[in-house]
Amino acid sequence: MKRHLLSAADLSRDDAELVLATAAEMRALADRPIKKLPALRGRTVVNLFFEDSTRTRISFEAAAKRLSADVINFSAKGSSLSKGESLKDTALTLEAMGADAVVVRHGASGAPHRLAHSGWVHSSVVNAGDGTHEHPTQALLDAFTMWRHLAPQKGQSLDGHRVAVVGDVLHSRVARSNALLLQTLGAEVTLVAPPTLLPVGVDTWGVETSYDLDAVLPKADVVMMLRVQRERMNGGFFPTPREYSRRYGLDGRRMATLQDHAIVMHPGPMVRGMEISADVADSDRSVIVEQVTNGVAVRMAVLYLLLSGSDDTPTPEGDDA
Amino acid sequence: MPAPQTEAVPEPGRIVLDARDVARALTRISHEILERNKGARDLVLLGIPSRGVPLAERIGAKIAAVEGVEVPVGSLDVTMYRDDLRLKPARTLLHTEIPADLDGRTVVLVDDVLFSGRTIRAALDALTEIGRPAAVRLAVLVDRGHRELPIRADFVGKNLPTSLVERVRVTVAEIDGDDSVTIQERGGS
Repeated sequence: MKRHLLSAADLSRDDAELVLATAAEMRALADRPIKKLPALRGRTVVNLFFEDSTRTRISFEAAAKRLSADVINFSAKGSSLSKGESLKDTALTLEAMGADAVVVRHGASGAPHRLAHSGWVHSSVVNAGDGTHEHPTQALLDAFTMWRHLAPQKGQSLDGHRVAVVGDVLHSRVARSNALLLQTLGAEVTLVAPPTLLPVGVDTWGVETSYDLDAVLPKADVVMMLRVQRERMNGGFFPTPREYSRRYGLDGRRMATLQDHAIVMHPGPMVRGMEISADVADSDRSVIVEQVTNGVAVRMAVLYLLLSGSDDTPTPEGDDA
Repeated sequence: MPAPQTEAVPEPGRIVLDARDVARALTRISHEILERNKGARDLVLLGIPSRGVPLAERIGAKIAAVEGVEVPVGSLDVTMYRDDLRLKPARTLLHTEIPADLDGRTVVLVDDVLFSGRTIRAALDALTEIGRPAAVRLAVLVDRGHRELPIRADFVGKNLPTSLVERVRVTVAEIDGDDSVTIQERGGS
């Protein structure tokens, strides 16, 4: 694996399957009396969160702690970040503290890339969501969850499985990372959204798109619902929430048209009654709570694979090699 | 994903144990385990991946044939507990499967080759985080000497005095297609 995890596109199929296989071993740890491994003892992981995201941060924090790493949480509120410090000066501070990995969440697309390739820090950089760009560990945990449900035997793959990603694709970094990763793993992805919520250039992603949820559902093995990110919206993308919900929300009637083995996913936080109804969210097909458990295992796998080895001795000139 | 080494190229080397020798050694180890433990009660066999696992399964089958009791057999990956984790690129994790509660039982670790003793040290560390066995024993197919830690095996298939420049290669049918133990001069691979 490379030294950083910035985009789901960085992962080859072998890399991605190595993460999934490692995550499967990490997940078994949850059943042990002592849920801790010594692999990253003495390493420091910094959670650098410029945007609020409690669930992602605690997931990374739990993952790092279970691998015995030291964790430093750095959030924008109440720190020097809110006093006007630049990304560069923050990075230099972290470097001076000796961080081995920096987990970054930032409102600006590309901020983790800047951090990784500027030479400001020598640590590994993990993108925990940047703007409307990418969220690769979410895609990995989604793929891991699908893998566990649809390809239970060892060695099976997601080849040929159909995944429908439904909702606010335009503002969703999860959708982009999932589209990239799931195609790497051989799955067929269909993005379902109103025309106003599909990004420009979606035709270059190599995925199918549809405006009609009812036509897509009977063929899908996985339905992933996305939250409508109203905090990122300035302008009208659909007439009313009620109309959106009727055309693109997953309710009990629509769920009944799914195949028997199909599962329902949501990256959270979900808005019940908007993109997903309460009875669907609480149904047997919903694996939403399991996604959270799997998130810790997948993030452990990522941190382990990025940090445990020896080739993290910083190379003087660039590290793209 | 790095697959288990299954290259079928027959490397030159001196065969020390062939398939029948391996079978006899495992039979003797099985009997010694039963004798030492006074039966199969509270035994748990844990193989160390990758080649310790099929060996543990075979010992388990032999014990079942002799005593008529199914002994829980599992695997214990020690990668995370190795002392050289930081010195090498990230290693692939292997499968850990704990078949029964270990508290108060006698755990027999099974590995193919006992060399420096560092793998077994790591295994002992891993075990303490999983449970508190009444006793831990060690069974190996080959003991090649050169210990770097105060660790010894309780059950040994064959003591094989080697020089440090030699390599001991164990193949098992489940992974490599056949059972053998060979000694090779280092440098070939």
